[in-house]
Amino acid sequence: MSTPAVPEKKTSLLTLFLTFAKVGVMTFGGGYAMLPILEREVVTNHGWTTSEQMLDYYAIGQCTPGVIAVNVSTFIGYKTRGILGAIVATLGMVFPSMLIITALASVLKMFQDNDYVRKAFAGIRVAVCALMISAVINLVKKAISNIPTAIVAVATLLLELLLGVSPVLIVVCAVAFGLIMYSYGKRRADK
Amino acid sequence: MIFLRLFWEFFKTGLFAIGGGMATVPFLFDISARTGWFSASELANMIAVSESTPGPIGINMATYVGFETAGILGGIVATIGLVTPSVIIIVIIARLLARFADNPVVKTVFKYLRPAVIGLLLFALWQLLPLTFLGDDRNILVLPVIAFAVLLFCMLKWKKIHPIAWIGAGALFGIIFL
Repeated sequence: MSTPAVPEKKTSLLTLFLTFAKVGVMTFGGGYAMLPILEREVVTNHGWTTSEQMLDYYAIGQCTPGVIAVNVSTFIGYKTRGILGAIVATLGMVFPSMLIITALASVLKMFQDNDYVRKAFAGIRVAVCALMISAVINLVKKAISNIPTAIVAVATLLLELLLGVSPVLIVVCAVAFGLIMYSYGKRRADK
Repeated sequence: MIFLRLFWEFFKTGLFAIGGGMATVPFLFDISARTGWFSASELANMIAVSESTPGPIGINMATYVGFETAGILGGIVATIGLVTPSVIIIVIIARLLARFADNPVVKTVFKYLRPAVIGLLLFALWQLLPLTFLGDDRNILVLPVIAFAVLLFCMLKWKKIHPIAWIGAGALFGIIFL
């Protein structure tokens, strides 16, 4: 949840662009694989948002159209510098992809069949798995505070593993559950 | 005009593909069938290439398809087309969110959304596991498992080190040992 787009210390648009370009270069696979790097840059290094808010952005990015990585960037850009910030952060995020793909397009098929590239990516996947685990360890402390929140996390994982439910439906169900918990909490407080 | 059509096709993809990178794939097959800009087997190649270059897969796909269809400008136009709808939608949501951030109902809803995202993150990880740790004959590969354990241990021990360093270490490990 964002405060209005007027932070105390104004971040320059160039910093915004370069930071997201950096995240774009370092992202392999996108979406959730990007979360550890995004968190390091945006939360730890720049303090533009908090881990909790980043999870909020992921939840919204999951059920709005478009690429999740880009949606989250747009969000953080808007929070930092308003509409212009949203556009600049988004452009920063996609800039490295455009550059790399365009530069490599003609040799990409060769690149992809190269044995060293293949091996490097097999190794990168190992690192990404470990990074995702360490991100989960860090985020669990912030997102799971009581038994109902733990149930939501476990139920989400089980619904995905066993039934392959659409993530959009997961988000809708979590919102419904949140509303139920709110009215339940309110009724108890009213008593 | 090819650029307008590229923009429009990718704008539609960006508008209707909900749920991230791979969600764009069915739309791309549809574009391939309708326009003939690229064949289905070329598309399969593009997906493999997009997965093995940095950047979100959806963006890589748009740039690649646009570039193959209409050169450098084509790549730019297709990518901008893909992100335009989501930028507009996210800005609208961000404004609403700013207004209702302190609303207790909104606060409670997000409190229960966050663990759901953790669940989705774990599921994304689960899908990555066979690709990373299983060989062609479905047996567990020992070396990646060991590397994983070592990397995770180091990450948790030296938290200040930037994630990209671990990714670099992973790449190096892959080149030397895999």
